[in-house]
Amino acid sequence: MRIDAAQSMFLVLALACLLVSGCESASETAPVAAETQPSKVTRATPVSRVLRLAVTTSTRDTGLLDALLPVFEGRTDSRVDVIAAGTGKALKLGAAGGVDVVLVHARAAEDAFMAQGHGIRREDVMYNSFEILGPPADPAGIDALPPAEALRKIAALGSRFVSRGDDSGTHKRELSLWFASGSQPKWDGYVESGQGMGPTLIMADQMRAYVLADRGTYLAMRKRIELVPLAAQTDELKNPYGILVVNPEGKARINEPLAQQLADFFIAPDTQELIRNFQIDGESLFYPLHSTTAE
Amino acid sequence: METLVEGLSDALRAMVGRDPSIRDAAWRSIWISTLAVLMAASLGLPIGCWLARVRFYGRHILVLLFRAGMAFPTVFLGLVCFGLFSRRSPLGPLELLYTPAAIVIGELMLALPIVVSLTQGAVSSLDPRVGETARTLGANPLHRWLTYISEARTGITLAILVAFSRCVTELGIAMMVGGNIKGRTRTLATATAMETGKGDFEQGLATGLILLAIALLVMALIGSVNREGRL
Repeated sequence: MRIDAAQSMFLVLALACLLVSGCESASETAPVAAETQPSKVTRATPVSRVLRLAVTTSTRDTGLLDALLPVFEGRTDSRVDVIAAGTGKALKLGAAGGVDVVLVHARAAEDAFMAQGHGIRREDVMYNSFEILGPPADPAGIDALPPAEALRKIAALGSRFVSRGDDSGTHKRELSLWFASGSQPKWDGYVESGQGMGPTLIMADQMRAYVLADRGTYLAMRKRIELVPLAAQTDELKNPYGILVVNPEGKARINEPLAQQLADFFIAPDTQELIRNFQIDGESLFYPLHSTTAE
Repeated sequence: METLVEGLSDALRAMVGRDPSIRDAAWRSIWISTLAVLMAASLGLPIGCWLARVRFYGRHILVLLFRAGMAFPTVFLGLVCFGLFSRRSPLGPLELLYTPAAIVIGELMLALPIVVSLTQGAVSSLDPRVGETARTLGANPLHRWLTYISEARTGITLAILVAFSRCVTELGIAMMVGGNIKGRTRTLATATAMETGKGDFEQGLATGLILLAIALLVMALIGSVNREGRL
């Protein structure tokens, strides 16, 4: 028995050590490997042609980047690697130097990112909008109501509501809408999926629940779900996107020149026009912001 | 053994103390998998013995099918269960989707082929004289099968252990038909995936380590029971 205990303890400890050291060494050695890897060939060219861009999953799912990035890649002879993650993770990747540039939609978190010195440049790019979706039967009767009032009614009636609950930009917006409504999102029919926009929409559809979704994901999925947009479109449902260039200081391999070029590209008049003309099934999705804001 | 349990439980308490929802998810992972494996064992042990000891036409095909079932990816099972339970399917009105019951059923489908195949393997590798001896000693068919199970207990324990560890650690089914709903269907595996997706690696590591600890503890427990039970 004694040997068994010792053996199993050893096993547990060994595995734990492996895990912890694995994580540590991975984060420690990665930049080192990256520094030593580029041979004299790449050293000779000062600017790497690969840019790492973190975007939110909802941005990727709209297909906008597939329309814009090839133009940028062609003009600058570069390659953009897109990493799709929630807003929280995207910004964390930027702060850790895992990506060169970040395109997200969570103004407060973006401002905090800049204030903490993780970014050296932030530009407004465009906005799209959120929708409060619900079953066509609309049991809470929120059709055409302003968002805060709609949420108050949903809470008062205890209708089903599916929240992302994942700290994403959409979740943060939902919480601020709850705050504005004066209701507490805490009742039996309020559930948190902890998942991305697509799975959350499917869940709300299956449960015949209300849900806050970005318009892009909704348009991309509307043929497969029964939910329909209900609440009225107001400024509270606007969703501005910003592009942030990661601060290269103290980070191993930030491609700042190319990141700056991408930021320039997104706010250039012709790109802004491409953004305005981007459509899904004949519906516009994004509205350019840079030309209209004089910040 | 005591130091191991103490050390681990201290570590777990420290992690769990930070967040009661981890305890909640851990408890849910355990009871869902236990229920699924109990159901898989009560169905799978008889089926496994039957496939090992009774000759009939098509037996080999059944054995092969169950073996193939051991390789089912959990995302595939999750997809199948989603189709079964979704609103537009015949089972839709039961409203099983996004409930723990849906995860139990999905994990039963995951565990059953493992229990059946490994039981069949363990029982068919027994000395054929075991059954004959039992029969000459006057055992009725039920007693004879219990003798098989008892003689093949190491293999069968292994079958149940493997089934449990696959169920408790699986992600595809719990995510797709459970939906990772906070306080209802969130398991350690879905919580780990979610925390990592949110960029909260520490929290993800904490839930992942607890998952690992549960799997290892069960293994140690069954290992010691097995050893003490052997005469």
